[in-house]
Amino acid sequence: MSRRQLIVLAVVLALACALPFLVSNYRTFQFTLVLVYAIALLGLNILTGYNGQISLGHGAFYAIGAYCTAILMDKFGVPYWATLPVAGAVCLVAGFLFGLPALRLEGLYLALATFALGVSLPQLLKNHHVEKWTGGVQGIVISKPDAPFGLPLSPDQWLYFFSLAVAILMFALARNLLRGRIGRAMVAIRDHHIAAETMGVDTAMVKSLSFGVSAMYTGVAGALGAIAVQFVAPDSFNIFLSIVFLVGIVVGGLASITGAIYGALFIQFVPNIADELSKAAPWAIFGVFLILFVYLMPAGVAGALRMALARWQAKRQND
Amino acid sequence: MEAFLHQVLAGLATGGIYASLALALVMIYQATHLVNFAQGEMAMFSTYIAWSLIDAGLPYWAAFALTVVIAFVLGVVIERVVIRPVENAPVLAVVVVFIALLVILNSVTGWIYTYTIKTFPSPFPEQPLFGIKYMSSHEMGAIGVTLAVLLLLYAFFRFTPLGLAMRAAAQNPESSRLVGIRVGWMLALGWGLAAAVGSVAGMMVAPIVYLDPNMMGGILLYAFAAALVGGVDNPGGAVFGGFLVGVLENVLGAFVIGNELKLAVALVLIIGVLVVRPSGFFGKVYVTRV
Amino acid sequence: MALLEVTQLHAAYGQTRVLHGISFAMEAGSITTLLGANGAGKTTTLRALCAMVKTQGDIRFAGERIDGRATEDIVRLGIAHVPDGRGTFVNLTTEENLRLGAYTRRDGEAVEADLERVYGYFPRLKERRAQQAGTLSGGEQQMLAVSRGLMLRPKLMLLDEPSFGLAPLVVRELFAILRAVNERERVSLLVVEQNAALALELADHAYLIETGRVVLSGTADEIKRNDAVRSSYLGY
Ligand SMILES: Nc1ncnc2c1ncn2[C@@H]1O[C@H](COP(=O)(O)OP(=O)(O)OP(=O)(O)O)[C@@H](O)[C@H]1O
Ligand SMILES: [Mg+2]
Repeated sequence: MSRRQLIVLAVVLALACALPFLVSNYRTFQFTLVLVYAIALLGLNILTGYNGQISLGHGAFYAIGAYCTAILMDKFGVPYWATLPVAGAVCLVAGFLFGLPALRLEGLYLALATFALGVSLPQLLKNHHVEKWTGGVQGIVISKPDAPFGLPLSPDQWLYFFSLAVAILMFALARNLLRGRIGRAMVAIRDHHIAAETMGVDTAMVKSLSFGVSAMYTGVAGALGAIAVQFVAPDSFNIFLSIVFLVGIVVGGLASITGAIYGALFIQFVPNIADELSKAAPWAIFGVFLILFVYLMPAGVAGALRMALARWQAKRQND
Repeated sequence: MEAFLHQVLAGLATGGIYASLALALVMIYQATHLVNFAQGEMAMFSTYIAWSLIDAGLPYWAAFALTVVIAFVLGVVIERVVIRPVENAPVLAVVVVFIALLVILNSVTGWIYTYTIKTFPSPFPEQPLFGIKYMSSHEMGAIGVTLAVLLLLYAFFRFTPLGLAMRAAAQNPESSRLVGIRVGWMLALGWGLAAAVGSVAGMMVAPIVYLDPNMMGGILLYAFAAALVGGVDNPGGAVFGGFLVGVLENVLGAFVIGNELKLAVALVLIIGVLVVRPSGFFGKVYVTRV
Repeated sequence: MALLEVTQLHAAYGQTRVLHGISFAMEAGSITTLLGANGAGKTTTLRALCAMVKTQGDIRFAGERIDGRATEDIVRLGIAHVPDGRGTFVNLTTEENLRLGAYTRRDGEAVEADLERVYGYFPRLKERRAQQAGTLSGGEQQMLAVSRGLMLRPKLMLLDEPSFGLAPLVVRELFAILRAVNERERVSLLVVEQNAALALELADHAYLIETGRVVLSGTADEIKRNDAVRSSYLGY
């Protein structure tokens, strides 16, 4: 990282740490969700943005992560923080396994298969065979953890810092992964599938791995999200959740790490503003933004910022 | 046995509806090699228009006909305005636009009509037709309407110059231009026809599942399954697939896996066919010499 | 007045410029041929006439400018293009292919008569009228492509290597038919051919194209006698 980038990062982190002391508990809770979404979007972006595999059913992995945490906390009394690695591991395996048959599916067909998964997911979760664990239609209620070690923080503030720590860890790992050999292989497969194969990239392995890692990210986000909203139920994981994630990466910026944060801010706060118009308004706005971004700003907010910055620098050098 | 027969026949009725929607999907697929994720919401939106027309006092069949026309125009307009700019864009962009359409139609409907469930009338009488007790008259009527639509479409594509031109444009755009076919308009017409067929499916299914903005979610999945089973570029296969999926869904739902897992049938079929045999089980193999 | 008049025609595929200012003209009722080595730009010239490639320059058909019009509208002026590679609608039947050739015509009865007429020229297509066109042999597909062009009742026909893939005897037959069409129906022909000897026998005028420029033009007889042409294209 350049020095300027480091300074920006430090300022952003300082702001992020100060935030819970500046706003209400409810706002703090909302920013926790922003962090949760950012992790989920990063996951989807790894798969769709970097590797070019379209998923319209990532809500499924979010749901698996959420249910892992809820069941472990509710039925086994596992502490909340210990559920995250389990949720991540379960989703890593689930994603990897789903990625194997998905290897045979090109672009559109993968979108179709994952769309089908997203649509049928609530029904699968309601299935009475697993009701004993999942709580069926009712879902599972879990309690919000208190701050440990007698820290003078409200539960919302504590969960925010906890999520922030997880998010920082996940973003750092993703950055390393994507800038490394595997990340380059992922992009190569997206852009030049055949060339990548002839260059000796194990495309099958890299694609399944992308699926697994992507699912792991989204699953960890689901686990954190369950703890934050203290509740999981089948109908909160319908196809529109998967679509929200798609909106997030398109608006934030495909194949961009910071884009996940812009996307998360967008999907968390725009509906809140639009909600006052009508219950349907947020979705109408999401739809319109999707189209506008595809037509006018295909690189998303992240891309636009990058361009603006580049222009500003070029201008400064000229002056 | 009687219960089984009843489920099979009921399956044929819903199967016909899946078949229509599957056919709409296949028509667009053949022309553009794209799967329209918004096909279900377009049908749903048209059905609300029908509801409004009936609510305003129009007789059922007048509202029906007018709805088909409006749906057709809507399909053409959507193709020209929304789809055309991304015609040659990467798959992801196109998928995103389809999803955007889905979301917009869904939310606009919710905005205008609210999310409360509405009943939708059936044009067929209460008493069973011809004294047949295994099927409600609406189920029989729906099958009849579906078959009529399918027959009309077949005749259109098979016997009219415009139908021929549409097939030509879908297969070979370059040669089509060279004989004077306006390929862009053929695509738009295809979208219009698909939307019109979808609107019929919507109006036939609405009395069964009731009217609500999310009514088509599951039905679209069955239609996807039907189209894939039949071979996504084979209209006849899609129709057959529709009936097959309808019967499977009903019979399995009633006797094997329970109604609450019915969508899993669609999911398994979709993923199964895609992975095992992407060309479907009735996909035509065209012989071509180079 | 010339039927077709091309002045300073440029064409490019993306960044690759292929035609560098080609000019030629042909009279109504004539047969003109474009000769040239592989990659000279003959196909591109024909494509340019039908707006199938980006062009600059002036193209006039019967005195009217047609550059800048859409392919579909140019067809409606009576220009039939029998493309390189035949352009068969492989999934349609032979007869459907032929009917598509007459897609822009509104004189239904005459179309039926023309169908019989091309079946008269190529009886083999009649035998295979209900066969999926993709399963026709290469030569049959070539006949189909020419017939599809004829179904337009064109004023001008652009033929890109009509002899490609045909047995010598069939080529003779095809060229006899083309001559008959030209003489009886006054259809003007612009023919691109690898087989220069054959083309010069058929044509009244010829243009020699090299790397996107016209380097020689004249009557077919003059061109035939030209030494350079003889050694490079006629091989004697
Ligand atoms: N689609 C294309 N994109 C890029 N370049 C092209 C394209 N089509 C043709 N070219 C190039 O344009 C030049 C002229 O091609 P053209 O097909 O017009 O040649 P031709 O005279 O018809 O040759 P042939 O006798 O082999 O058919 C060639 O160098 C060719 O490589
Ligand atoms: Mg050529």
